[in-house]
Amino acid sequence: MSDYVIEAVNLSKHFGEVAVVKGIDFKMPRGVCFGILGPNGAGKTTTIRMIMGLSPLGAGSLKVLGHTMPDEGELVRAKLGVVSQADALDPDFTVLENLLVYASYFDIAKDVARPRAESLLAMMELTERVHHKPATLSGGMLRRLSIARALMNDPELIILDEPTTGLDPQVRHLIWNLMRGFLKEGKSILLTTHYMEEAERLCDDLLIMDSGDIIEQGSPASIISQRVEPEVLEIKLDETTCRTLLKDVEDLRFEAVGDHTYCYTRDAQSVVTCLQGLSNVSYLHRPANLEDVFLAMTGRELKD
Amino acid sequence: MPYYYRLPQPSYRAFYVLKRNFLVWRKLLGPALVLHFGEPIIYLFGLGLGLGHFVGDMGEVSYLAFLAAGVVASSALMTASMEGTYSVFTRMVPQQTYNAMLTTPINTDDIITGEFMWCATKATMSSIAILTVAFLMGAVESMMALIAIPIAFLCGLCFAGPAIIMASCSPSYDFFNYYFTLFVTPMFVLCGVFYPISVLPELMQSFVQVLPLTHAIALIRPLVLGQEVTQVVLHLGVILAYTLVGYYIAIAVVRKRLFI
Repeated sequence: MSDYVIEAVNLSKHFGEVAVVKGIDFKMPRGVCFGILGPNGAGKTTTIRMIMGLSPLGAGSLKVLGHTMPDEGELVRAKLGVVSQADALDPDFTVLENLLVYASYFDIAKDVARPRAESLLAMMELTERVHHKPATLSGGMLRRLSIARALMNDPELIILDEPTTGLDPQVRHLIWNLMRGFLKEGKSILLTTHYMEEAERLCDDLLIMDSGDIIEQGSPASIISQRVEPEVLEIKLDETTCRTLLKDVEDLRFEAVGDHTYCYTRDAQSVVTCLQGLSNVSYLHRPANLEDVFLAMTGRELKD
Repeated sequence: MPYYYRLPQPSYRAFYVLKRNFLVWRKLLGPALVLHFGEPIIYLFGLGLGLGHFVGDMGEVSYLAFLAAGVVASSALMTASMEGTYSVFTRMVPQQTYNAMLTTPINTDDIITGEFMWCATKATMSSIAILTVAFLMGAVESMMALIAIPIAFLCGLCFAGPAIIMASCSPSYDFFNYYFTLFVTPMFVLCGVFYPISVLPELMQSFVQVLPLTHAIALIRPLVLGQEVTQVVLHLGVILAYTLVGYYIAIAVVRKRLFI
């Protein structure tokens, strides 16, 4: 068994003249949570579709769970659990029927599927809704049902495409806990998300894509330490004023964000000392995070 | 050869798609049965008895029996066309049913093969309903009419093709108007459901020979009326040709839509 669940070499894809994925190389190790981040239009969705075997490769090679894609897509999908952005549940079936019919697509016998569905629904706290139709469920319940459905075939690799978008904090924390549990069971998780906090908390390893290229790859901590200064002060003043006030502190990097100025530094204490002497200046002192890296690398302008 | 144009390679999983559709259908059994039994009853009573009163007999058989045989064939057309356009589009686009199936070992060929079988199954159910009503009204002249049931299945496969092609090429439901107005309705009116095509002008007769419903009726009507079926090979051949070409193109266009 290979140590890697995904091995992409020079993976490319173009739609007409437009190159969407431009010859990317990466390996996703087994048993980790691996993130693919990037702004809209970065090529994440196309990459994931190729990984699922639902899109022909433009060029390069791709192995998933040891199988060549997309030719062996059916073999791979038998071992995948996919939670897509659109829950795509069957509106005419009840919660339980949705799981049982989906299990049938994997050749799972009914006497195996039923107890498994019931235990997954219990884990997702949906037991009381077993006989309800999806239309009567809240957004958080629908997403939990989607996750339960993705687990029906006891997958080796779970693909979560923006799993917590639009959910309340309780559900997000539930999903994060579940994900940690899957990793403990030895499953591998491929995650795409727009929430950098989520990626930072969960991903062992990640890559950042922009315009079809991988622009950064590594663990969240190593990426942050390599790409930005360790500490940030968000100061509620314009950039010129900040530069004047902090002219005696060395090695500062400023960035204007709306009516705030972000001040990146390795010596936050000196900056804080300077600012504390002033009245009427409000600021927030925090460690640098993945969002700082992401915005520094992909730019602050809107992507769509 | 690009993947899209390779020969269809469905697996046994097509039956899972068929079963899924059947399970949904069973949930909506009430409306489904009203449609299957209600429509033929209206046609057979309204046109068969009403219009039949003025038409009198069609040679040796009543107009009601003549019409009933035609409606068995046309209902296969209508049922498969509705299912292949509106229902397939619903599962393909707004409901995302196919995208959910495609996260499993099911592939596009399985999905479309399952949908063909489902269109044919519904066409068969509809033909059984009409034959039952016609039988109760005394309009079935021969037990040979039972052979019309598997032929209705074949017709369902035949009419599924163009409908599914239409569904996978349409940006929205509105575009099905083209299909129904330019293809389905002309067949329904011109191919001999309500009158023998021999009364049409010659040019028109040649034209309707190209349409599959004409050949479906040519097979089904004599079976229901207890008459001898002629030119079996020609009629079956035309229907089979439409079925195979439709199936091949449907698989190619759906692959192009879903496997991108």
